Amino acid sequence: MSNDTVLVLVVITALAFDFTNGFHDTGNAMATSIATGALPPRVAVAISGVLNFVGAFLSLAVAATIASGLVATGDVTLTVVAAGLAGGIIWNLLTWLFGIPSSSSHALIGGVIGSTMAAAGGSAVLWHGLVSKVVLPAVLSPVIAALVAACGTWLLYRITRSLTEGGRRHGFRIGQIGSACVVSLAHGTNDAQKTMGVITLALIANGTLTAGSNAPVWVIVCCALAISIGTYLGGWRVIRTLGKGLVEIESPQGMAAESASAAVILLSSTFGYSLSTTHVATGSIIGTGLGKKGADVRWSVAGRMATAWVFTLPSAAIVGAISYGIAYGVGGTFGVILVLILLAALSGFIYWRSRATKVDHNNVNSEWTGGVSPDKVPVETAAA
Amino acid sequence: MSWINLTALWKIIVFGLIAGAGLPALFAGGLYALSLGPKTARTATAGADGGDSDVLVGGSVVGMVLAAIAFLVILAAIGWSVYEIYTLGHPAPKK
Repeated sequence: MSNDTVLVLVVITALAFDFTNGFHDTGNAMATSIATGALPPRVAVAISGVLNFVGAFLSLAVAATIASGLVATGDVTLTVVAAGLAGGIIWNLLTWLFGIPSSSSHALIGGVIGSTMAAAGGSAVLWHGLVSKVVLPAVLSPVIAALVAACGTWLLYRITRSLTEGGRRHGFRIGQIGSACVVSLAHGTNDAQKTMGVITLALIANGTLTAGSNAPVWVIVCCALAISIGTYLGGWRVIRTLGKGLVEIESPQGMAAESASAAVILLSSTFGYSLSTTHVATGSIIGTGLGKKGADVRWSVAGRMATAWVFTLPSAAIVGAISYGIAYGVGGTFGVILVLILLAALSGFIYWRSRATKVDHNNVNSEWTGGVSPDKVPVETAAA
Repeated sequence: MSWINLTALWKIIVFGLIAGAGLPALFAGGLYALSLGPKTARTATAGADGGDSDVLVGGSVVGMVLAAIAFLVILAAIGWSVYEIYTLGHPAPKK
């Protein structure tokens, strides 16, 4: 069965999700470099955007993991994909509003699972795959990343203890930029592919591609563009929480965190776990706080994040299910269009809300005063 | 089918430590080697607290050679892993 109007809408929605994915996750790679002053904020997001673009072309290995092995592919229709994407986008935007680095992958997976359950019932979800491929790696990966980052931090301070403070800061800033670039590349290879997988699935569901096909070149290019533009615009609210909220970071810690993130992300995807770059990056940053004497981890901020992580899958699933309900209730092409109009309206509302407590490249590094919105006063000093 | 792949888990931890903590440690070793020599020794004694000096290169030739080797090894490791990911990610098209 083919319905080209719906297909085009699904592709646009998928690219919109990819955009929020880049936007939400800039901080995973660049938060620590921005926080330590290794890179000016706007230069950092530009470099990250370019490397995300390059990274998207680097590998096609995990492109289809998002749906194969998680839901019964036979039950996936275009409407299911559209509703699932709506769930993912809404959750990404809401967590961005509150400056919480939650997992974009979980938002997408949650949304698709929710809409699949609404369409075909709980038996269409492959629960074993969900637990072993998504839930367990989500629990383990931040712990492993924290362990690696803590060891790295301890080693870096130990080895360079005879250096002057200024010399050490200067040297590690260079290392930090290098390692942050590798993380950006890894993010492009990992996360852009998830959207490629979704679009490929939609094309297969529509009969445009035969089952088992690779992502066509135009899909790869569009996804690479969407994620890199999103990255370039930068989710400053999330960057601020990661760079300033969790731990006060120095450049050796920044380098240790980014190296740990890059190693864990790339190794895990080699073993076929498409895990959340967000969870890994957060684990690494906490690890650098644990590995340095006298550094404090703000556990209340970490706890707030962990809570959001637990709720990401079910919340996105609920939005996905509701979206499917609306699309199915109205029926046909118009049902899908209505869901997407509602999605656009809600996104606009969230954006409007965010303007009230704006965080951008000027105040991203302001003193952490307990919340993502910086106090009005220190803006001038932070911009200097 | 098991819930957790223990082989993959320990490999990720061990190789994660080697690449994720070992390579930055090598970079730190490079910085240390680079700092050897008369120039940094002078600044270190000039200010009791180490000062805000940004001097990184100490001037020792052996130190600079060792540092160059360390940095080259790191660049090679990164280049090699990017190449590996590329070859793994573009398998021969299956029929």
